[in-house]
Amino acid sequence: MSSRENAAPVKIRFFTTGVKVLIAFMITGLSFGLYRMVFGLGSTTNLTDQYPWGLWIGVDVASGVALAAGGFTSAFLAHIFHREHFHAIVRPALLTAMLGYTFVGIGLMFDLGRWYNIWHPMLPMMWQGNSVLFEVGMCVMVYLTVLYIEFLPVVTERFIGKVNLPGMLSFFNKPIDRLLTFLDNILGKVMFVFVIAGVVLSCLHQSSLGTLMVISPYKMHPLYWSLLSPLFFLASAIAVGYPMVIFESMIASKSFGHKSEMHILTPLAKFIPYLLGIYIVLKIGDMIYRGTYVYLFEGSIQSRMFWLEFGTLTVVPFLMLLSSRVRSSAGWLFSAATMCIFGVLLNRCTVFFIAYRPPFAEKAYFPAIGEFALTIGLIATLMLIYRVFVSILPVMPAPEKEAVRE
Amino acid sequence: MGINRRDFIKLLAGTGGIALFGKNVNVWADEHVTSLHESFGVIVDTTLCVGCRSCEKACNQINQDLPRKASEFYKDNSMLEKRRRMAADSYTVVNRYNNPEDTNRPVYVKFQCMHCTDPACVSACIVGALTKESNGAIRYDPWKCIGCRYCMAACPFQVPAYEYNNAMTPQVRKCTFCFEQRTSKGKAPACVQACPMEVMTFGKRRELIKIAKRRIEKHPDRYIPHLYGEHELGGTSWMYLSSLPFEEIDFPNLGYISPPSYTEPIQHAIFKHFIPPLTLFAVLGGLMWFLKPKVVKSESVLEEENSEK
Repeated sequence: MSSRENAAPVKIRFFTTGVKVLIAFMITGLSFGLYRMVFGLGSTTNLTDQYPWGLWIGVDVASGVALAAGGFTSAFLAHIFHREHFHAIVRPALLTAMLGYTFVGIGLMFDLGRWYNIWHPMLPMMWQGNSVLFEVGMCVMVYLTVLYIEFLPVVTERFIGKVNLPGMLSFFNKPIDRLLTFLDNILGKVMFVFVIAGVVLSCLHQSSLGTLMVISPYKMHPLYWSLLSPLFFLASAIAVGYPMVIFESMIASKSFGHKSEMHILTPLAKFIPYLLGIYIVLKIGDMIYRGTYVYLFEGSIQSRMFWLEFGTLTVVPFLMLLSSRVRSSAGWLFSAATMCIFGVLLNRCTVFFIAYRPPFAEKAYFPAIGEFALTIGLIATLMLIYRVFVSILPVMPAPEKEAVRE
Repeated sequence: MGINRRDFIKLLAGTGGIALFGKNVNVWADEHVTSLHESFGVIVDTTLCVGCRSCEKACNQINQDLPRKASEFYKDNSMLEKRRRMAADSYTVVNRYNNPEDTNRPVYVKFQCMHCTDPACVSACIVGALTKESNGAIRYDPWKCIGCRYCMAACPFQVPAYEYNNAMTPQVRKCTFCFEQRTSKGKAPACVQACPMEVMTFGKRRELIKIAKRRIEKHPDRYIPHLYGEHELGGTSWMYLSSLPFEEIDFPNLGYISPPSYTEPIQHAIFKHFIPPLTLFAVLGGLMWFLKPKVVKSESVLEEENSEK
């Protein structure tokens, strides 16, 4: 793969109204985060002994990981399948994945009771090979490192020959430049190892996230407990990768005043029905095999969630995206992609705290204000950092006239 | 016991497909029950319990790291009005249930960690903070714990409780089987010793099952013919005798298959000698190499581009 992509920093006015709103969300969320750190989980969340996992695990961690799947799916397409046409989406997707996983880690810190022990799984004396969570944790940690490495060329490209530290620090200009050049040379030669590793690691932990609740066969609602759950998680993560890329690309274009890159997004959307189709066939096949269709009309919250997240937000965009008119219309494509994203988001929430039915629960779990605030705050922070990154580093495709050169 | 079982799981994982669908589970259960017979357990005969809560008091006294409670608390019978569960401040609770056969004689049931023989919490724990001792006890090491609470999500009995109101050093709280104070020295747990009605019998699990079955045989009018915990989840260290069906006294209706026997075969199949991940790596690498376009951009064009920048 060439380390030189046709990308450039976006020139934008930073403080728009949207940005101010995001900053407000960020401050609110982080205040609740601080509150949790000082006063504990009990005073910030609605978690109980019956419901140990809530919104932060369902959204910040599980959905965060799933929705960062655009990173490895687009790397697969552009670098392993060599579809050069899609190179333009790789860097934005990579940046999303990198920030997404970083925020999975940050979000997790707020949820962990003893967050300062988060490094414990790395100690060989504490390795616990039977634990599904151990595998998820290790894979996510390694993958996050891989993502940082994959992102390095974007940094070297921006700064090689342009390192210009002020004052006393200018002494370091040359060594840093040399270091960057050295990294760039090495990375160009070995990057393929990291690209493949990224795909392998993603497959491993995306699926293992689905194995997590398999350990609660007697608590999970039958519609959401299956030995194929890891496969569902993997298939849905892969299927939501491109919708996420499309969703972000269109929001970014809108925000930066560019035109939607339909010439890339429309062909990209062509893959989605196949990927969603695999997921749907797996899910329905499993349902028929295990006979769980009997629960479809029981009217419980779990069966309703199934109709919402699967019956509506997965099957409908699948049908929509079969039509080439939907794929080539910006508005329709955006709607379909958004539906896919919320489908996966709700699916993860359902698995982790709605289909999860503790035997002695006094009342069902509903997230507290503080939980919503922190989750929204973290998403807002992520969007802000994304904006900073794309305005400094060559991530987004360079505007139209240069792009023609390819 | 650990080693035999783990090796067996590895074997099991080899037959990935079958293991994935849990069809080998019976073989597995047999294997590991043999080793379990040597561990200790307790039978709780709920037909003997009068609800005095001496066990709760003894538990609080021996576990000095729990919040102290005045002895009045344990004399307050209004506590029995409500169905309680174990919590961060109590490892065991006694609940009262209506007896449809004789409303004047309610049924009392003591609850605590069941100390499963193939525990979901131990299998789930990301850092091995929960361990199953050879005498049957499941212990918790707060210094390893990262506070992820996966053990709580995994426990089929909803036993582990959490110190949600402790901001800095919250712990998972559950019955320790008095491991350090008593059972590691071969002594019965404090609650068992404190019981004035001898509701509980402490001993080798194998012996206990015989005793329980003899009681059921001798008094078929007194007990329903079910020793809860003998087979549930592949066996638990604490087992129960009852006059009422177990669903009526808040025992979940569980299968005989232990939760880890669903997840561990999947895990071990995926990571069998790292062969599946490495194979995927090789396949993707091959694909990448094979699909590489012969000439994307000629070298000269690339150089030109570079020099432009």
